[in-house]
Amino acid sequence: MTRRGGLVGKEIIAINVGIPSFADDLESQGVKVQRVDWKPPAGGDEKMLKILEKLGS
Amino acid sequence: MIRRVVSQRGVYRDSITLLRVSQGVQKVAGVRQAAVVMATPLNKRVLGDIGFVGSDIDGATPDDLVIAVEAEGEGPLNEALKATEKLLSSPAVGAGVRRASSGISDALSKSPDANLAVISVPGAYAKHEAMVAIRAGLNVFVFSSDVPREDERELKEIASKQHLLVMGPDCGTSIINHVVLGFGNAVRPGPIGIVSASGTGLQEVSTLIHKRGLGISQAIGTGGGDLSDTVGGITTRQALRLLQADTETRIIVLISKPPGEKTARAILSDVRRSRKPVIITFLGAQFAPPRLGKHIWARTLGDAANAACALASKSSVRANASNISRAAFAEAAKLSRSQRYVRGLYAGGTLCYEAQVVLEPKLGPIYSNAPLDRRYAVEGAARSKHHSCIDMGAEEFVGGRAHPMIDFTLRKLRIIEEAKDPETAVLLLDVELGLGSNSDPAGELAPAIADAKALATKGGRYLCVVASVVGTEGDFQGLSEQTRRLEGSGAVLASCNSEAAELAALIATRGETAKGGGSR
Repeated sequence: MTRRGGLVGKEIIAINVGIPSFADDLESQGVKVQRVDWKPPAGGDEKMLKILEKLGS
Repeated sequence: MIRRVVSQRGVYRDSITLLRVSQGVQKVAGVRQAAVVMATPLNKRVLGDIGFVGSDIDGATPDDLVIAVEAEGEGPLNEALKATEKLLSSPAVGAGVRRASSGISDALSKSPDANLAVISVPGAYAKHEAMVAIRAGLNVFVFSSDVPREDERELKEIASKQHLLVMGPDCGTSIINHVVLGFGNAVRPGPIGIVSASGTGLQEVSTLIHKRGLGISQAIGTGGGDLSDTVGGITTRQALRLLQADTETRIIVLISKPPGEKTARAILSDVRRSRKPVIITFLGAQFAPPRLGKHIWARTLGDAANAACALASKSSVRANASNISRAAFAEAAKLSRSQRYVRGLYAGGTLCYEAQVVLEPKLGPIYSNAPLDRRYAVEGAARSKHHSCIDMGAEEFVGGRAHPMIDFTLRKLRIIEEAKDPETAVLLLDVELGLGSNSDPAGELAPAIADAKALATKGGRYLCVVASVVGTEGDFQGLSEQTRRLEGSGAVLASCNSEAAELAALIATRGETAKGGGSR
């Protein structure tokens, strides 16, 4: 586990998972954003999701 | 005239991207209407309402994309389908694909200093993504809604042990270090910090503070469920501690619907210990305001903004009541005898709730899909009855669709429905500007308002429309330009939502509530 700590008073560096326009809006405010091309994981299989969660992936 | 429906199995795009694609396809010459949507139950129903039916739609699941086009002939229809494919793969809407990562771990390897994950995936997947982010040591802003409270609690408990903040789920906005996350407005920096379980509540209060010449230090959204007893206010309590420690913050505003009983006690105990003055708005709280010492209890969002500004500038802020009354009497004089009811159609859930807090003592019961009193609960999609305020951002209206602050389709249809009802006296509307919102809300609403008014005129009535705009001149849509165009359509613009509700009550009662009376 990495310790990255607090947000208030620090430069925000973001990872955007989902709606691309949120990343656009952050970039328009000068925030560095790494975008994730999100797709439903495990083909939308909820059981598989729970297994992935337990594995911490 | 021909219609065609094409479904694509297992193709996912988010609702905001699809709204842009739909709007792009509608611009193709010869296209009458077009909708590119995920096949959620709500979207399938809306497709049916606008005339698209058939097995392609019936058999599609929420994981499938549906393209529905009505065009003047084969030529325009084929052009529309080509345009759809192009738009779905164009850099403008597919910008996320450009140098994008495959997941949070991959993103962290490219951006190891990241400290925040912004998560806006469908609710069923939000916990998984948020958990991955928290385990990697990231603070998270979860826009996704429809996440069970137990899952929210689990995320927040794990995060708070690591001193990480979980804003959400169902968090519409935050302003952290003067950066807007999600939906939010261009407000100046200043001494007032906000902790809010409500996105539009946060937007309303922060913009009102800005309009009064003051500014915001931090505005931390917690998500609508944070103050439930299941979650226990974990983020709210963390945020209050952060603002205590923040040197820029001198005054704190806390905004929520009424919290769970146990959680309210814990929060009020935190507030009593606060060295900085706290202004609390638990909108619609049924209990008597507790003794709070130097801290202040505010009934509405407008009152909270005024109290914060008065404390910050050490002067009083008063609304101009006489102007409201004058506008109300002028409008009321044009109504027919049959027109009795206020009909609120809201994009902002908390603004819908605030309107009820203002209207109920003046008009009596207000029917709503998010009512103050459960006895007056109605389905949002049902026909309005008596006085009513409908939250069109409620889950029943947004399953697989963009929020009504972006997509005005359903609200415009409802405006016309209300205008047809001879008992409607006043339409009460909210309009939100700022990042995340529609690029031209007045462009969407003004024609619908004009059409609604024309419809009423045809029926021998005058329809009154009262609106307020959440926004500032710094917002990219431009506050004065938006206001001017809404006024041009015949709407009466109030300075804030609580004033708009006051005005609506005055008009519907022909000024009776100005005398302290009302129909109750």
